[in-house]
Amino acid sequence: MEGFYSAAQASWEAMPYILGGLWWTAGLIIGAMLVGFILGVPLAVLHVYGRTLTRKAVAGYVWLFRGVPILVQLYLFYFGIMAYLSELPALSFLPLSSGFLSAVIVLGLTSAAYQSQIFRGAMASLPAGQLKAARALGMSDAVAIRSIILPQALRLAIPAWSNEYSILLKDSALAFTIGVLEVMARTRSVAATTHQPLPLSILAGALFFFLTWAGIKILKRLEAKVRIPGYAHQGSL
Amino acid sequence: MDDPVILRVENIVKTIGGQRILDDVSFSVKKGHLKVLIGPSGAGKSTLLSCINFLSPPDSGTISLDGKAVDGKSRKELLALRQQVGMIFQDFNLFDHLSALDNVRVALVKVKGLDKRAATNRAMEELARVGLADKSTLYPAQLSGGQKQRVSVARALAMDPKVLLLDEPTSALDPELIGEVLTVIRDLADLGMTMVMATHQISFSAALADEFLFMERGRIVERGAPSQLLARDSGSRTQSFCAKLSELAGDGHCEIAPAPRA
Amino acid sequence: MDGFIAFAWERIIPTLDAGLWTSILLIVPASLFGVAIGVSVGALRVYGPRPVVKTLDAYVSLFRGTPLVVQLYFWYFALPYVRIGDFALVLSPMWAAIVGFALCSGAYQSEYIRGGLLSIKRGQLRAAQALGMTPFQSVTSVVLPQAFRRALPGCGNEIIYLIKYSSLASIITVSDLTGMGRSLAKSSFRNTEVFVVVGLYYLALVTIASFLLKIAEKKLEIPGFESKRE
Repeated sequence: MEGFYSAAQASWEAMPYILGGLWWTAGLIIGAMLVGFILGVPLAVLHVYGRTLTRKAVAGYVWLFRGVPILVQLYLFYFGIMAYLSELPALSFLPLSSGFLSAVIVLGLTSAAYQSQIFRGAMASLPAGQLKAARALGMSDAVAIRSIILPQALRLAIPAWSNEYSILLKDSALAFTIGVLEVMARTRSVAATTHQPLPLSILAGALFFFLTWAGIKILKRLEAKVRIPGYAHQGSL
Repeated sequence: MDDPVILRVENIVKTIGGQRILDDVSFSVKKGHLKVLIGPSGAGKSTLLSCINFLSPPDSGTISLDGKAVDGKSRKELLALRQQVGMIFQDFNLFDHLSALDNVRVALVKVKGLDKRAATNRAMEELARVGLADKSTLYPAQLSGGQKQRVSVARALAMDPKVLLLDEPTSALDPELIGEVLTVIRDLADLGMTMVMATHQISFSAALADEFLFMERGRIVERGAPSQLLARDSGSRTQSFCAKLSELAGDGHCEIAPAPRA
Repeated sequence: MDGFIAFAWERIIPTLDAGLWTSILLIVPASLFGVAIGVSVGALRVYGPRPVVKTLDAYVSLFRGTPLVVQLYFWYFALPYVRIGDFALVLSPMWAAIVGFALCSGAYQSEYIRGGLLSIKRGQLRAAQALGMTPFQSVTSVVLPQAFRRALPGCGNEIIYLIKYSSLASIITVSDLTGMGRSLAKSSFRNTEVFVVVGLYYLALVTIASFLLKIAEKKLEIPGFESKRE
């Protein structure tokens, strides 16, 4: 009983500190999702409509970032590339030695590879008549893609895309390895000082589980909001 | 007197979700005869057929095949019954992962215990009978609806069934594919296969059927020879149902097609 | 750059080869256990009695809803604190990693198996029954061959994920590819070079595995069951 009491007390006292890590976790997810989206959409367009060489290059990018583990990428960027760049005087004004920046870059670049595949699948599933009809109206391909194809494809992609959230949430827990003080990092440090890994690892698990669950709920709502009649959203989380 | 009764269905009752789908249905089929079940959808035709081989077991009543009653309680008897009663489904239900040949062969090997060579020979014979010997290596996804249904007929025939149950065999087919399946059915009738068929192809089946059973709300409300029930002045339910069908279809007329048998 | 070639040849590759072997010793049993768990859990979630279904659904959402690194942390650091009487289960780093990977991967695998089983139309079973097949025969000659084909691409992808996420074993002190790379990088201060080569090792593993899976899928492919995997 005594053991249980001290365990409960330890995790209770650590709560505010661990919850503070949520800001970093949220920042990682939002940053990575944005980077992934901003890069993923053009990559997808190039993958579908680009010339052979462009398509090959995009496929290579996807192969690279889907093939190398996040953890290895984090080490490579943080300890390797960014550490090297931060020593260049010309770049000294950038916060290159921040673990957070490396983590957002790594998670974002990887997410871009996955997101591009999601959007590509959505674009491929649109009927060919859509592009034809747009061209028949005199639209250039760029305009047709921007104003006809993408608005449809992005909507179709929402269910698969919201899955990206739960993947990034879980991957963000790896950022502790490069010193980002997110939830996992704080859990570990408290567990180490209090010698109570059991309640603290359960606490961390519960927190992440709640975030997954809550995020899915919110994204489901969003999905319903942007739904257009006639657009079946297939598949879900 | 003449042909012995092969299949006897007595007092079948079936309730699904509190609703009486079959309400005391009885009939019997003699060897070589074709009984045709007619009636609006939801009348219980499909359920009746799947009660006969216990795919949906009846709540009460008896099924006897060749004079032997089966209650579906003994697993062995049940499997034996199903072996001897062939079934053709509205939506074919070919095994999607098997070629046409393997669809016909699988039960010969697994259920009848034939060796592979004998099963192959038999399966090829049956495929040839339905005119699909050259399609034996194709998979269901590569066959048209009419071809699928013909493979499923071959699959059922290969088991040497005593009775063949056909559940609206042409309802899921495009109009231009119906003919090839009807031809196969007509050939079977000519060869003396015992059959019970639910169908909306009234004028086609009138030429072949020994008896029409008109079903409504789980009961057989009319039965008799097609010529009798379809007579213009018969005032039968069958006649008015048929008239309505042909009016909707806007083509045929509701009478017995002149039997085009050679 | 020639410094890199020599360094890679003399130091990085020999070090990583040792780690590669450890990684394979993690990946192979973990993926086998993962598939076994996935198949049994997936089948039970479709055909099992209600309480079992509920329990297994909870298992799957728990393991899919929490980060793998938290799970590994639990199996390695926290499990020894779970005392039943005087007994506490202490797993070696290797076993903690294998258990963690297998349970997590099994949860994901079960989703694909479940989807494969659910995709089989009822008519397929009815047709098998109508031919007089026993339930066992219907399952072995109709349900499983179809479900297996439908589940294969997903299950294959899951194994590829497992290869990549096996790198997390280094966090609980296993000297796998990543772990060996990390210690070499620390001692040599040549982070970029070392981790580029580590990344290449994983790329090779993943590429070979995808290639083998593609071959398996092609071998098993039949019309109507075309794989849609990327």
